[in-house]
Amino acid sequence: MSERVLTVEDLRVALPVPAGTLHAVEGVSFHVDRGETLCIVGESGCGKTLTALAVMDLLPRRAERSAARLELEGRDLAHATERAMADIRGNRMAMIFQEPMTSLNPAYTIGNQLEEALLRHRRTSRPEARERAVSLLDRVGITAAGSRLKQYPHQLSGGLRQRVMIAMALMCSPSLILADEPTTALDVTIQAQILHLLAELQRELAMGLVLITHDLGIVARIATRVVVMYAGQVVETGSAAAIFAAPAHPYTRGLLACIPVPGRTRRGERLGTIPGMVPSLIGRMQGCTFAGRCPHVIDACRQSQILLEPAGADPHFVRCIRHREIAIAAGPEAAS
Amino acid sequence: MSLAKYPSAREADRPPLLEARNVSRTFKVSIGMLRAKRTLNAVEDVNLRIRPGEVVGLVGESGCGKTTLARMLLGLLPPSSGEIRMDGRPVSALPRRQIAALVQPVFQDPYSSLNPHKSVGSIIALPMRVQRHPDPGTWRARVEDMMERVGLARRLYDNYPSQLSGGQRQRVAIARALINGPRLVICDEPTSALDVSVQAQILNLLQDLRRDLGLTYLLISHNLAVVEHMATRVAVMYLGRIVEEGETSQFYRAPRHPYSAALLASVLTPEPGLGVPDTQLGAAYPNPLEVPPGCRFHPRCARVMPHCATIPPKPIATPDGFVECHLYDSGSQRGSPA
Repeated sequence: MSERVLTVEDLRVALPVPAGTLHAVEGVSFHVDRGETLCIVGESGCGKTLTALAVMDLLPRRAERSAARLELEGRDLAHATERAMADIRGNRMAMIFQEPMTSLNPAYTIGNQLEEALLRHRRTSRPEARERAVSLLDRVGITAAGSRLKQYPHQLSGGLRQRVMIAMALMCSPSLILADEPTTALDVTIQAQILHLLAELQRELAMGLVLITHDLGIVARIATRVVVMYAGQVVETGSAAAIFAAPAHPYTRGLLACIPVPGRTRRGERLGTIPGMVPSLIGRMQGCTFAGRCPHVIDACRQSQILLEPAGADPHFVRCIRHREIAIAAGPEAAS
Repeated sequence: MSLAKYPSAREADRPPLLEARNVSRTFKVSIGMLRAKRTLNAVEDVNLRIRPGEVVGLVGESGCGKTTLARMLLGLLPPSSGEIRMDGRPVSALPRRQIAALVQPVFQDPYSSLNPHKSVGSIIALPMRVQRHPDPGTWRARVEDMMERVGLARRLYDNYPSQLSGGQRQRVAIARALINGPRLVICDEPTSALDVSVQAQILNLLQDLRRDLGLTYLLISHNLAVVEHMATRVAVMYLGRIVEEGETSQFYRAPRHPYSAALLASVLTPEPGLGVPDTQLGAAYPNPLEVPPGCRFHPRCARVMPHCATIPPKPIATPDGFVECHLYDSGSQRGSPA
């Protein structure tokens, strides 16, 4: 029953900067099916947010986007007019941002903004829109939903605002939700609640969910499939089970070694680190983008374009020419 | 409260380096132009001891009073009542410079905690100027030694914060905190603004410095995995009070307070297949202006009992700390510790 919601093929985003062209997203491909959660994971500056903005067609004006294919429910987005995009955005696909305070309009009530989402895209009356707003606020766990409609964003806590954002994203029953670090600004307890809610809604409404995060803990708990990004490229992709059981790219391995895990890392023991810095994305890169920081680098890594290649039985791909040797050298316990 | 059974009794017998005794802090907040100001109890009757060599992790949700407590412990904010004692003496009797020589802070955001108009070298050297360190001719060498120690290349001496990455800036903040050899460093969310790979570097650095320089830390963090990794003791704050304190491994193995248990359940470890837990804590952190009567946690508590809504619990000593919860009252209605 896998029904493709989003197809992205060879997506590129380039930003003109004084020093040249910054290749922020370099040939990213992925897809999302109904009822599936795809996590895009990576550190700041790896291009994960720009990837989402490129799908939504919300890139900064000076950015140049190109894609071999960009389709939502079979409809071409790559060549859609601004008007067609405005009809799709908030309707068939919606985005949830990191900081709900900056994405809600402080001058309008919650109710106004929720109803607007539906009135913009559907032929309905305001009372009907209000009814849907109340039922969705209720669904996302906001008590006394009716009276909340009259409140302004500043009157709500961060967790409640993020719930409002989720309700707003759901107003038109989209087939795809893109959530960009939706819980990074929230406390751990609230984070768990919001993610719990997102996972529940995603199952219930059989939506496709793209969740962008830097937190591998979140990825492990919520993802069906994972895309690991580094320096604008997908360096590894596969099922969440495969990626956590047998991370194949040295960057993914490095990320997993960095995080303390209660009960697994010994207290006070040194954590793994990834030395060096993300390379400049201005101009063309030769070879592997991770070569400068990789403990396994050899000359061949720097010479040619490195392609994604299969890393296991599952659909699991990695952009590393040495992944087999590295996996053997690290032994079976390397996964943990 | 008896601390005799605390595992490292030898350490426990040493006088605390920093101590909060029944410390409270209230703020007057206005809730509207024409309405009367109300009193916010940011910190209420808190006791905390930090002994030499310890790393005390202070955890809790935003708005629980962690930062207010930290500011009082730094001597930056006088308590409304109670007393902060530093090295056995009341902070109120100590001159500002002496406090700064003992305790130094490292803040969360290395982007806003460094003066953008000063070079790295002069930022790190500033505390020596403040303390009127003798022999200014040797300052540069000291700063460069410290830079090396925290993993900053000497060539960055004349750079400005805007030319540094987040991790480098946090290293500058750490170097500045350590240049005068304080005994205790209060780290307020030292890594939450950083990427995970950089976070690991900073945590490793803090561990190394602690070992090499014999430092004591108060580590304030909402990241319970980080606290587990770093701390020797953990204190949990909720709505202005410390509701549980204990030794780290004991705390993570078997948290006593239902709030501690909920906090721990919220930690998303990278273990696929476990799903996202339902914390059953209700949608929102309560308004600190309207602290619930009785036990302040009772409206969100999964194990609430009738009298929790009326009778505030008292701290109950445990072998390694204390807990403030009616489940552990001796005698009537004792609940089985989960």
